[in-house]
Amino acid sequence: MTHQVSSPTRFTTGLSVRDGRDPALNQAPKAVKIDVEHLSFFYGVKRALEDISLQIQANLVTAFIGPSGCGKSTFLRTLNRMNDIIPGARIEGHVRIDGLDAYASGVDVVKLRRKVGMVFQKSNPFPKTIFENVAYGLRINGLAASKSELAGRVEESLKQAALWGEVKDRLHESALAMSGGQQQRLCIARALAIRPDIILMDEPASALDPIATQRIEELVYDLKQAYTIVIVTHNMQQAARISDHTAFFWLGRLVEYDRTDKIFTNPSEKLTEDYVTGRFG
Amino acid sequence: MRDLPFRIIVGAFGCVLALLVLAIGVELTRQSWLSIQKFGFHFWTTDTWDPVAGQFGALPFIWGTLYSSLLALAIAAPVALGIAIFVSELCPAWLQTPLVFLTELLAAIPSIVYGLWGIFVLVPAIRALEIWMPEPLRAIPLLSGPPLGVGMLAAGVILAVMIVPFTSAVAREVLQTVPAAQREGAYALGATRFEAIRAALFYARTGIIGSIMLGFGRALGETMAVTMVIGNNPQVSASLFAPQYTMAAVVANEFTEASDELYLHALVEIGLVLFVITLVVNAGSRLLIWGLGRSGRTRPSRVADVEASAA
Repeated sequence: MTHQVSSPTRFTTGLSVRDGRDPALNQAPKAVKIDVEHLSFFYGVKRALEDISLQIQANLVTAFIGPSGCGKSTFLRTLNRMNDIIPGARIEGHVRIDGLDAYASGVDVVKLRRKVGMVFQKSNPFPKTIFENVAYGLRINGLAASKSELAGRVEESLKQAALWGEVKDRLHESALAMSGGQQQRLCIARALAIRPDIILMDEPASALDPIATQRIEELVYDLKQAYTIVIVTHNMQQAARISDHTAFFWLGRLVEYDRTDKIFTNPSEKLTEDYVTGRFG
Repeated sequence: MRDLPFRIIVGAFGCVLALLVLAIGVELTRQSWLSIQKFGFHFWTTDTWDPVAGQFGALPFIWGTLYSSLLALAIAAPVALGIAIFVSELCPAWLQTPLVFLTELLAAIPSIVYGLWGIFVLVPAIRALEIWMPEPLRAIPLLSGPPLGVGMLAAGVILAVMIVPFTSAVAREVLQTVPAAQREGAYALGATRFEAIRAALFYARTGIIGSIMLGFGRALGETMAVTMVIGNNPQVSASLFAPQYTMAAVVANEFTEASDELYLHALVEIGLVLFVITLVVNAGSRLLIWGLGRSGRTRPSRVADVEASAA
């Protein structure tokens, strides 16, 4: 019925969302990790997000899809208050993480961002060594008491990001000598090092080739055992492959939010169907 | 090769630059030949400057130039960096344009005006400081000497004031070229504002060092304002309060009264020494920047994704 998702595709992770074999989907609903209520976001007078409410569950991958400029990245960035940096940005409504309002007065935004890590569209390693990139978050937050603990956590993070084998012999070389895909996995390792609960990913594979993209996708699948992952993508196959839940954004509004298989095979909204079948966007 | 003529013309302009530097060097050498012949390398290391006896050594002037410039750098670098960081990272948007305009205005003030300000405001203030200085402190070589007001400290401060606008403007532009992704990357890892700024400074470190070195280059050659406040006394002294002399100042002051050939040639040789030192400092800072750049930023990417996927 839909040319984009009609043929059953299998990937190396063994994940095939639509046949419902992913165990996560067959379990009872998990705990709500992020609870967003009537969220609106403004750049100056321009309203970029309009009255968005949704709940993101723990230890699942939630994908945000939608055409460029639909507000999906903006929404992602409200979850760790990354938009605070932008002058003239303003927010209405509530974002609760583990029940605590992220925008309440007195919230320590540094602590919030430690809990809600982020990986960006373009890999942005610091111009330092591979080791120092991963150690950065540990150092500034004072999370490693000794040198050996620091080294241990750097190794652990690189292993979690499936990068250790490739870099263990050149930890003290510049991170900028790595390939694009490796740099992005380094940025994931860097985010994992400070042990967040939630990882936000803003189109993490959009600048990568197919092989590097596949590795990132496998990684996302592995990481959801331990983390809650929210990923923005405008690659619909990617959303179908790796996510458990999918939210479709359009013109700053949340059109539909449901299990990924439902969004891609039997959406409730006409607009969603038009988008996932490639009629626009 | 249809663009050959174009390449020749542009190449010729490029060569003019190299020729110009060479011509200046050759001409300075030619015009100072008598002095070079007579004093040789001792010219660099002798601290006697006695036109009457025909004894010329450049050491006090080299010392004075380097001392005053380094002093200016020590004062100006933190201030300029602070201004650059404030303007590019912290100040509210409405204040940014006026502040940038103000720094540019400061850079446009002629040095003679700074010199006048030095004589009428800075020198009396330093004299008051020197008079206030308790006796035990005067025993320190750095603070010894009679309270004259004019001297090394006045020169250093006025040079610092003069290079701050320039250095801060360059440093600000360098900071503004740091990609937002670098700061965001730091913020996303739980960095405070201060830590995110440090990350940006680290990213821009070669450019920041470059801006400071450019300021140093300017301080080396600055003539007028320094001449007016440094005291113009050729001596090698560690004291901040001692009147001293710089290379640029001695050439400016004594060129018109150089009564004989040797005196004139000695002055031109001072110019040659200043030329050489400026070249060395600039080349040195270039090499430093390149060296830093190699270790941090521009390393060729050897490892392809293919290799990664094969692993």
